[in-house]
This record gives sequence, C-alpha cells and structure tokens, in this order.
Amino acid sequence: MASFWKLYRRNYSAVLGLVILALVIVVAFAAPLMYPDDPFRLAGKSMSPPGEAGFLLGSDSLGRDVAAGIAHGAKTSLLIGLLATLVAVVAGVFMGALAGYYGGWVDDLLMRTTEMFQTIPSFIFAILLVAIMKPSIESIVIAIAVVSWPAVARLVRGEFLSLKNREFVQAGHTLGMSDARIILAEILPNCLSPIIVIGSLMVATAILIESGLAFLGLGDPNIMSWGFQIGAGRTLLRSAWWVCTFPGIAILITVLAINLVGEGLNDALNPRLRERS
Amino acid sequence: MTALLDIRDLHIALPEGSQRPYAVEAADLQLAPNEILCVVGESGSGKSLTARAVMGLLPKPHVRIAQGSVDFLGEDLTSASDARLRQIRGSEISMIFQEPMTALNPVMTIGNQIDEVFRFHAKMPGSERRERAVALLADVHLPDPAQIVRAYPHELSGGQRQRAMIAMALALDPKILIADEPTTALDVTTQAQILKLIKEMQAAHNTGVLFITHDFGVVADIADRVAVMQNGLVVETGPADQVLKAPQHPYTKSLMAAVPSLTPRPARQRSDETVLQIKDLNKTYRSGGGFFGLGGKARNVKAASEVTLDLRRGETLGIVGESGSGKSTVARCIVRLNDADSGEILLDGVDLRPLGRAAMRPYRAKIQMVFQDPYASLNPRTRVGKVIAQGPMIQGMGAAEAEAKARELLGIVGLDERAFDRFPHEFSGGQRQRIGVARALALEPEVLVADEPVSALDVSIQDQILKLLDEIRERMNLSMVFITHDLRVAAQVCDRLAVMRYGEVVEEGPTAAVFADPQDDYTKALLDAVPGKSWLPGETVAAQ
Repeated sequence: MASFWKLYRRNYSAVLGLVILALVIVVAFAAPLMYPDDPFRLAGKSMSPPGEAGFLLGSDSLGRDVAAGIAHGAKTSLLIGLLATLVAVVAGVFMGALAGYYGGWVDDLLMRTTEMFQTIPSFIFAILLVAIMKPSIESIVIAIAVVSWPAVARLVRGEFLSLKNREFVQAGHTLGMSDARIILAEILPNCLSPIIVIGSLMVATAILIESGLAFLGLGDPNIMSWGFQIGAGRTLLRSAWWVCTFPGIAILITVLAINLVGEGLNDALNPRLRERS
Repeated sequence: MTALLDIRDLHIALPEGSQRPYAVEAADLQLAPNEILCVVGESGSGKSLTARAVMGLLPKPHVRIAQGSVDFLGEDLTSASDARLRQIRGSEISMIFQEPMTALNPVMTIGNQIDEVFRFHAKMPGSERRERAVALLADVHLPDPAQIVRAYPHELSGGQRQRAMIAMALALDPKILIADEPTTALDVTTQAQILKLIKEMQAAHNTGVLFITHDFGVVADIADRVAVMQNGLVVETGPADQVLKAPQHPYTKSLMAAVPSLTPRPARQRSDETVLQIKDLNKTYRSGGGFFGLGGKARNVKAASEVTLDLRRGETLGIVGESGSGKSTVARCIVRLNDADSGEILLDGVDLRPLGRAAMRPYRAKIQMVFQDPYASLNPRTRVGKVIAQGPMIQGMGAAEAEAKARELLGIVGLDERAFDRFPHEFSGGQRQRIGVARALALEPEVLVADEPVSALDVSIQDQILKLLDEIRERMNLSMVFITHDLRVAAQVCDRLAVMRYGEVVEEGPTAAVFADPQDDYTKALLDAVPGKSWLPGETVAAQ
C-alpha cells in the first residue's frame, strides 16, 4: 500500500485530481449543514447576480439558490456515478469472466449480446430506458449501468483469456480446484488493476450521462442535480449567465478530477506502461 | 594482429537503487578479425549489456556507460555521435538476436527488410538490391530464396527466421557480428545447423564474432576465445581450448561442473510394479473455424498418435523431443489438463481418461505437475504458504494441518520457513521452482509429471533443481515423467527414455542403451546435435 501511494504520488496531476475530488466529496456531505433548507425552496429575489441578496452564486428565475443547488447536486452526481458504475462493473465482470473463462459457445453467446448493446448509441439508449421506466434515481442508475457494462465485459474477457492459460491457473486445475474458485481466487485478483482503472473513469462518464439526462428533464424530479440546474437555466443564458455556468463548472472540474485520478491509478497500477513515456 | 574491437575498463552504470551500482565493471575484452569470442555467463552477469554497449543500444537514460572506452578500429564508440553510430550499425557492426520472431518486423516481407539495410547504407539500383537479397538468402542455405524474399516472418520456421536474420546482418559484409544468444530459442538440431552456419559465414567473410551465450556446450562448438562473466566482472579470458580444458577461476570451474554431462546415470533396479500405463493415446488439435464455426479453414495437428508408455514405481521416464513433437501434449493429457481423443491412461489400473471433473478430483492428488516457467506458475497475488497449503485443503485437509505440512515441505525443498508469508515475486527463479515442487508434493502424489522444469533456469540453478528432484524421488519413492528437450538433462535424471517426433514415440528404452546405441535415425540426429558433445565434462570424467 505504501509503495502504491509512492507510485501514485509521482503523478502530480493525479494528486491534484484527488484533492479536488476530496473537496467535492466534502461539499456533498456538508451540503445539509451548509444549506439545511430544501434546495428547491424559493430563497429570495429571482435572478439575483452572484454576491447580491445573500446569494453567493446568484439565484435562478424562481429565486432558488444556485450555490445550495450545487452543494446538494454534488451528492446526487457522486451517488449516481458510483452506484451506476458499481452495477456496471459487477455485471461486466460477471459476463466477461464467464465468456473469457469458458470460451466456446458461452463466449459466443455473451459476446454477441454485448455487441448488440454496443451497437446502440449509449446516450440515446439511456434516454430511451429512463423514458420507459419513469425518471427516478433507480431508473437512472439502471439506465447508465445498462449502457456502460459492455466495456467492462470486453476488458475482463480479454484479461481472462490471457490469464486462463497461465501456468498458475493450470496448477490450480491439477490441484483439483473448482471453476468458481479458479475464477474468483486465482484469476480475478490478477485483473483487478485494469478493472479499478476503467471503473474510476466510468464514474466520470456516468456523471456526464446523469447530467445530460437531467438537462433534458429526465432526472429524478424530487432531487436537485447539476444537470437539472443547467436545464432550468438554459433559457436565461444571456440574461442570467450564472444559473448555467456554475453547475457547468462543477461538472467540468469533477469529471476532470475523476479522470485525473483514473489516469493516476492507471500509471500506479501498471508501472510498465508508464516507463514507456 | 591489431584488435578489431578493443573494450577497455568498461563500466556500465545501472540506475540508482538497483542491486549493484554497475551492470558491468572494468570489463576488458579484445576481438581480433576472423575470430569468435564467446562471452559466457549466467543471467544478470552483464554479458548482454556489454554487447549492447558496443552497438550503442543501451536503454538510455537509465543505463549508461560511466567510464571506459570501446575502440572500433581506433575510433572510440562511447563518444561517437548518434548519427555516426547509426552509420556503423548494420554496415560495420551488426547484430543478431535471441528471438528472431520479435527481431523481424512481422508486417514486412523478408526481402523488403533486407532491402532496407541496403537502402540505408549503400546506393544501388532496386534490381541490384533485390538480386543481392536473393543471393544472401541462398548463402545462408535457405531453400528457394526467390520465394523466401516474398515471405513474411511468420511463414518461416524458427531456424529459417534466424537464417534470414543472419543474412540481413551480413548483408553489408560487416567487420563485426554480435550474436546475442542466437540459438537459445531454437531446437537442438536447428541450433547445430545455425552454429555451423555462423562459423561458415564468419570464415567466408573474415568477420569477428562476439557471441553471447550461457551454454558451455555451444562455447565448445564454436569459440576461438572465451571470456567468462560473473556479476558484471570478467573473471576469466583465454583461448577456448585452455579455458575449457583447464579453467583457472573457481566460478568458471563451478559453471562447468554444473553443465550436465552426456554420460547417462547408472541404471537402477527396475521395479516390477507398473504405476502408470498409457495405451494408444491420441490427441489432435483443431484450430481455425472462425465466427460461429463459419468461414476459415480448420487446421488439424496430430500432437499425439498411438502413444504407448509405461512407468514403473520409483522410476523416472524421460520424454524427449523437439518443439512440436507432442511431448508436452502427452504430459498435459496425463494430468488431464488436456483431454485426449482416445486411448487409455491407467493409474494403478484405473482409466483416468473418461473421468469427468468431479470423478477426477480424488485422482488429482495422485498425479501432480511441476511447470516450466517458475515466473508464470505461481499466482503473483497468493502468499507462498497458501500456494502450497491450498492443494491439501481442496482435497479436504484441515487448515492447521495443511499449514504445518506446507512449512515442513518448505524445509524439504530447501527454503527458509520465513518464505511462508512472502509473495512469489520476492524469490529468484530457482527458489520459485522449489516452491512449485513443494506445491506438487503437498498432495503426496504417486506420479510427478515435470514439464521442462529446468529449461528456464541458469545451469548452476538447473543442477540444484535436478538434484532436488532426484533426492525427493528417492525419499518419497515417487515415479516421475520428465519432459525435456535437452538430452544432457535427460541423461542426468532419467532411467528410461522415450524419444518423440511429430506426435509419435520413435524409440524407447533404458537411457544408457538409447545413448550408446540409438536405433532410430532421429535419435541419432538428436544425439549428434547436442552442443559441445566432444568436450562435455562427462567425457573427461569417464576418461579418468
């Protein structure tokens, strides 16, 4: 662990990403303390510019506090990003591991299924799913997971394909290990690094998809999110720029931070790749 | 005679934090024209880096020349510019590598790759370049050079690729040829041909050859002079005859003592009890087929054909052959990593071949395997203790008991008990192979199948592991199937030999009888191709 941190620390931008991400997490948890009231509540004069009428980042057309929305929205974004990624990774690892380990018709069946999912443009597919299921946190998480798992499945399948013929796995066979044990205890631990890396990058994508859905009005109507704020402010872009801009910046730096962390993890977990540069 | 290449006081620095500050320290080597200088050493001795330093191909900036000079005909290459080095490489000094498949560009034809050498270094019209390329390929005795000019590397065999590499290296008549373990990846019979070719080419072109190898047999076959390296130091240099017959330095002596001799071990009393019997085993590999089994032509390779062998209790049966002979397939069928197509594998009278996974499990413990590559055969994320203990635990032993057993086995294979809590990457290749042996022994097998267990190891380590296997076999009354491509190793450990070629057993018998009077032509060719057989220490021992 100590040596892992030492490797990670060598990439300064990754450390910066981690710091920003930590800040976002702190804001998400501190939101109920900083802004104890409902972020949908009308807090004062509508369309106040930043710094006026007690609004740090201004207010929107209905007098809602943009800063409060961003603080509460941070929790939504992170929660949905993490949950959706978790579901996608679990599903993807399951499918990929089976396909890679067993090969043959199992592989054919699972991979053709994966390809079917991949042929549909992911954002449009997500819109379709949420529209069918009614917008709610669960439906958004499911929709994002459904469009994200194929990438994980393909990655894990590739890792399994190369690892299953390694001698230590064969040694497991000669000892009489069951398939489940070989998959879970022998092979899976050896492909965790790429899974962690792709997972961290998927959190960023999930946040973007969630924002996009909320922007189009397909977010959970009872929960404040960055995408919803931008959607609400888009008609006012010329008269009240702050309504869209600050949530947009929040998305930008959060996604950027997560990407930096993901790359940092990649460098630290796959040291041989880094030596190339 | 003035030296072609004069390496003086060469120091190659390693990056900070490495095991030692210098990969090569104060090396002095001279190479005269028309001479083959063999640099011998084990892995990590710095022999390859020395060769790379001459070519200016050190992995910069981590590894660099700290001190000393490399004079090529009076010109110091350590201070030469990159442009000058590029000019020298390929035309004045050229190099051939261990693995011809990775050294050749897979998406270019052989002809085009030779053509490149001419285009970079000499001005001549295209038609002449093509003619020269064909002539070169003919020089290295490649069949049908006009055809091979148009072939891609993957269409050639390993030996043919190495011939093409040599043709390319000699294209511009270089003064020096550096050969870095050029025959290590090849079969013995191919190795013998390539060594002959290098010698022939060297004589025809008056080339000075710097030949890097770990194999004293190869040294005995081609060297004019020998330099022995250990941990970055040149410990001994001298004419080949002198070094081989009367080594001075203790390290040279120990290296030579570790080279297995070709004299078969004395035959032991053969038990009457048959442990394992293989009858008419067949295995065909099918490849190709493509998407849903549509399109693409399926290719069938017969890897084992009517193989019949028997193994008596306490004996070691060697299966020898070159790559593609099917020897590993037979081993993998015995331990049921592969399913044979037909035939019988009788262990104590029970046919294992038709058993399903569950039915096979109790028999797994009776046949265990030691793998070839000690770096790949241990799960990098599992602690050594668990690697050894998990076999008995899967077979139903309690955790505490299995752990105690693992600790005991670590002692038996000559490792410290502290190894128990460490991860495999903390151990050297030889130590890892010991762990692999301990894992196989943990189940108290009756039969141990060893698939090239020493071919990835240095000679001195190889010697230790062979001794360990022998000792364990005696102690536990194990029967062993020992797969190897190296007849010298087979002579050391095997009571009986089966020689395989193209999936068939062509000859079988007691090791001494096979060596003394080989019946099959292929066995004769294999024995003939053993490098350095006229020198091998066994002969001198036998003569005394």
